[in-house]
Amino acid sequence: MSLAVTSTSRGRHYEALPVAIFLVLALAPLAAAFGAETYLLGLFTRVMIYGIAALALDFICGYGGLVSFGHAAFVGIGAYTAGIFSAHGITDMAITLPVALLVSALFAWLTGTVCLRTKSVYFIMITLAFGQMIYFVAGSLSPYGGDDGMTLKLRSTLFGFPVLQNDRALYYAVLVFLLASYLLCRAIVASRFGRVFRGARDNPTRMATIGYDVFRYQRVAYVIAGCLGGLSGFLLANATEFVSPSFMSWQRSGELIIMVLFGGIGTLHGAIVGAAAFLLLEDMLGGITENWKLIFGPMLVLIVLFARGGLLGLTQSLWERLRRG
Amino acid sequence: MAEPVPNPVLRIENLRKSFGGLVVTDGVSLDINAGELHAVIGPNGAGKTTLINQISGTLEPSSGAIYLNGDDITALPPNRRAERGLARSFQITSVLPRFSALENVALAVQARSGSSYQFIGRADRESALNDAAMQALTEVSLDSRADILAAHLSHGEKRALELAIALAMQPKLLLLDEPMAGTGPKESERLIVVLQRLKGRFAMMLVEHDMNAVFALADRISVLTYGRILASGAPAAVRADPAVMTAYLGEELE
Repeated sequence: MSLAVTSTSRGRHYEALPVAIFLVLALAPLAAAFGAETYLLGLFTRVMIYGIAALALDFICGYGGLVSFGHAAFVGIGAYTAGIFSAHGITDMAITLPVALLVSALFAWLTGTVCLRTKSVYFIMITLAFGQMIYFVAGSLSPYGGDDGMTLKLRSTLFGFPVLQNDRALYYAVLVFLLASYLLCRAIVASRFGRVFRGARDNPTRMATIGYDVFRYQRVAYVIAGCLGGLSGFLLANATEFVSPSFMSWQRSGELIIMVLFGGIGTLHGAIVGAAAFLLLEDMLGGITENWKLIFGPMLVLIVLFARGGLLGLTQSLWERLRRG
Repeated sequence: MAEPVPNPVLRIENLRKSFGGLVVTDGVSLDINAGELHAVIGPNGAGKTTLINQISGTLEPSSGAIYLNGDDITALPPNRRAERGLARSFQITSVLPRFSALENVALAVQARSGSSYQFIGRADRESALNDAAMQALTEVSLDSRADILAAHLSHGEKRALELAIALAMQPKLLLLDEPMAGTGPKESERLIVVLQRLKGRFAMMLVEHDMNAVFALADRISVLTYGRILASGAPAAVRADPAVMTAYLGEELE
């Protein structure tokens, strides 16, 4: 009985954090109005866009044990779908966004069919290989800028209206997408499907002998994560009005993993915190020195070594220590 | 008129498995009838676990056939065999450590009730799944530990949890791979009582070293040595078989 009580009170404490995160994000533009508005809006828009991709990665990584080192491929696919359509004068989201999601899903389905036959390190390597493959494909698209990438003539429209043209409108659109992605992932994790997916991480042999075709469940989850990666890329192309193969380089995939670890793996909202911490630190440290990674690297090592749950785990243990006095 | 031949739940025909030159299962044939508890005993390395792995589908036989309720399942993957009513426990405990005891069992219930491709609605609040899971836990006397993480259960409790998972699958055939392994005498006694209670509800194949358990539970016993069935029959007949005495039981029964 006492166990049930502690678990619910802990659950409530857990709820406070995501609510706070989204409140801050919703109010940030008001604060930004007093400072360098365009700059801050742009920075936070990027935080949320990478938050979506990191969230998707945390979904398969933190709950399914599938560490993908090629998740930036989906970001690139989403971005390039928007870019290529835009190059041909098609900007309506009602067409371009579903296509971006569909192409991402297709790529996830095909590569997942191969990748998910492997485990652990082999899975990491083969997702990396597919990521590099699509990176080089993008670089060879000479009509669309090749290695240099290309600028978008126009942000996406909706039924002919330029709904994302205003930076603040884009910001809130991205926030809505982030919130929707977060709620979707949370629902899935707790659902029947999510329970099977989580069980497959714990003990795939046991799940198979209970009667689950583990591979199929993992592939569906991989497709969901791929779609969210594609959504992130689609928004990124709109925010930066630019696409390039660098969006899907393996460094970007690595950065997404760092965001997930940094924030706290297996929590979903931790991925958003991780994306924010990563991009804000990059921005701040980048202002101090060009070699900002010299400072960031040791910080990351310390976090991973001493705070297993990432920033989220760190704040939680500090909070509990404070409450105990 | 000849007696009608009962349709066995499990029929194994001339099963062979070799790893390179090493023959681990050497032409094994056996039947298990509805409601029967068939024990397979034999010294270490006789190929008992290899046999169970082939029946459950985690290991592919080199030749021979396996029938479940008359259907050839030799080529089916483990999850398809499970769908047809085959459940197993593992020699080395195999549960989901990060799930509660209740959720371990609820997942087995879920596999039998409706689609698991449901992406909304909290699975842990589905009372139909939880009630059935609780019932299975009660049958193995683990209901008081329902909320404990499987990782935190004692060894004997994990063995009982494996049984509850198997029960929740509503099996037609249950394969038990050394359920008493590593349990103390008290826990063994408890597991024997649980198995006695379950006996007759479905066919069971019991691989076990604990002779008290085997003779307390088995309707039939097959003795496996070097991958072959040395003797098969009622417990009393097997106990009296001189070949078995020398090969395996030896001093233990004197």
